[in-house]
Amino acid sequence: MKKSTYSIFLDEERCTGCTNCIKRCPTEAIRVRDGKAKILADRCIDCGECIRICPNHAPIPQSDSREKTKQFKYTIALPDPALFGQFKTKPSPRQILAAVLALGFDGVYEVAWAADAVSIAIREFIREHRGEGPWLSSSCPAVIRLIQVRFPSLTEQILPILSPVEVAAKLAKEETSWQLDIPQQEIGCFYLTPCPAQVTAIRAPYHLEHSYVDGALAISDLYCELREKIAGAREQGEPVKATALGLTWGRVGGQTRAVQSDNYLAVDGIYNLLQVLEEIELGKFDNNIDFLECQCCQGGCVGGAFTVENPFVARVTLRRMAGQLRPKLEAEKEQKVLEYNRKGYYRAEKEVEPYSIMSLDKDIAKAIYMVEQSEKILKQLPGLDCGSCGCPTCRTLAEDIVCGIATETDCIFKLREQVQSLAEQMLALALKVPPVTLVQRQIMKTQREVLELAKRLPPVLAKRNQKSNQKKGGEEE
Amino acid sequence: MKGVSCLFQEPEVTSDFKNCENKNETGAESPFEHKVTLEFAVEGKNFRAAGEASSRLKHTLQHIGFPAPLVRRVAVAAYEAEMNIIIHANRGTLKAEITPKTVTIWAEDEGPGIPDIELAMQEGYSTAPDYIREMGFGAGMGLPNIKKCSDILEIETVIGAGTRLKMVIFNKTGPEREK
Ligand code: SF4
Ligand code: SF4
Repeated sequence: MKKSTYSIFLDEERCTGCTNCIKRCPTEAIRVRDGKAKILADRCIDCGECIRICPNHAPIPQSDSREKTKQFKYTIALPDPALFGQFKTKPSPRQILAAVLALGFDGVYEVAWAADAVSIAIREFIREHRGEGPWLSSSCPAVIRLIQVRFPSLTEQILPILSPVEVAAKLAKEETSWQLDIPQQEIGCFYLTPCPAQVTAIRAPYHLEHSYVDGALAISDLYCELREKIAGAREQGEPVKATALGLTWGRVGGQTRAVQSDNYLAVDGIYNLLQVLEEIELGKFDNNIDFLECQCCQGGCVGGAFTVENPFVARVTLRRMAGQLRPKLEAEKEQKVLEYNRKGYYRAEKEVEPYSIMSLDKDIAKAIYMVEQSEKILKQLPGLDCGSCGCPTCRTLAEDIVCGIATETDCIFKLREQVQSLAEQMLALALKVPPVTLVQRQIMKTQREVLELAKRLPPVLAKRNQKSNQKKGGEEE
Repeated sequence: MKGVSCLFQEPEVTSDFKNCENKNETGAESPFEHKVTLEFAVEGKNFRAAGEASSRLKHTLQHIGFPAPLVRRVAVAAYEAEMNIIIHANRGTLKAEITPKTVTIWAEDEGPGIPDIELAMQEGYSTAPDYIREMGFGAGMGLPNIKKCSDILEIETVIGAGTRLKMVIFNKTGPEREK
């Protein structure tokens, strides 16, 4: 199965081709071609790093439009826990829920509440599979895709537990349909999402055949309206169902706390994750860890590309707000969750599959040949990783050359070398004075100057050439 | 290097190997030369660079498109071998030869050698100095892990001179499996 859905698009008009983003992309998914950045669809994992780095705001994350809610008779909003950390005015969680409802939904179902249940399911799973870990948390879709693309051998270690938003949608649909006697197809569940990765995860779910969620709306799009509604909202509506543990899922460390694992590691930020997953894949951690909480954004979901508040502030706000809720689930509710869990209610329908899209060719023999070629090309390149060729590193350019999507002269230094040798040839020709003509000294002087200019190397390369010349000299001796 | 030589596991799938060497997925002769050799220098006691060579090897295998479990086995074996050099030796090299059916890794070092191979193969046995163990390395799982991950493991060692490890890992997913 191939995935080529992603939710980040590049606004060509804004992009200046500055190459800032290509270096930042953790899966080397962006190239600059013809002065504009382009995303390689297969490789994009929606992590949002290009959105954060681009000085011109060219990468634009896409979410669903609110028009989509009109297709359903009954609509339910599913606010992410990260939403609760977004407001400086420090409204109560109840006020926020009331404001969400006031946006025009028929109901609200807390993702944080589903997170409470999911935490228990994870806790039980880890307990039953002790020593087989480390188990990787499965709620951040960008991380899942990072693992599929860059660490395919770790896909088996992803927890086969649904993410809180899927569980929330599943529960919301079942409960509403039962209470109000509406068929489930007529109920639309809309996720108020902190990030574009979740938008993709709903369109192309990794744990399910079809998502229970019908659409994803960006928190940042609804922000202004929500603030107005909060100002007008008094304490009204249903009391908050989630516990403090469920609410803190929105920030890093929250999952671990909720899962109550004592043998854990909580990692946030995609570059930190790259490092830790690399070590896990090399077997560095062995079985010392049961649970690895992975969140692609710095600070957890409060740092998502669709959030508004500064993630550090949001983290504190979220923690304070959690203090207003009851600390954990009541025993009887926990029993209920455990009962559901035994029936497999929270289990994933399918396993996460690896995508070996990093491979150069389907034919292994050919791929080996290509690697060999690219190693050879790489040795010819300057090794500066300057990005002027539109590829993030010299290595990627070498790979692109063997794949046929780039040429050696895309490297400006290679181009310059070629121009230089061309100039030399031209000069040699120009210096050839026909025997019947007089030698014009002045012309020859200028021509020499031109040659001198053509020979000049950019300072960064001069050293390298000096070295290789020395080497050559040494060999000749 | 001459010395005590010791072969631990018999190769399992050598016999039906020759017939399929030049075939690709469709069974047709692949027109490509298929062997690539990578070589990395490993510096003893340099923990800052620990795992760099094996990471690079792993990425290359991923680019070639080997199945994930094979990549994992090679990565773990290479990493442990690389760490052995870093922990125990002064310097060494990690070399890998990659063909569609096999990945062969040589880890050679100039170091103290292994006095008792049988003992070193036991889980938890380690001669790493205390300061290295305090760093969380040298838990005595190196050789046992390498053995677990590779199909053939050969160790040659000369006390006071160095050690040479040869690890072979077969790519068993392929046409020869169905035969
Ligand atoms: S960072 Fe990327 S998308 Fe933004 S202007 Fe530069 S090249 Fe274009
Ligand atoms: S950490 Fe949260 S906000 Fe960031 S990509 Fe993952 S799910 Fe999205």
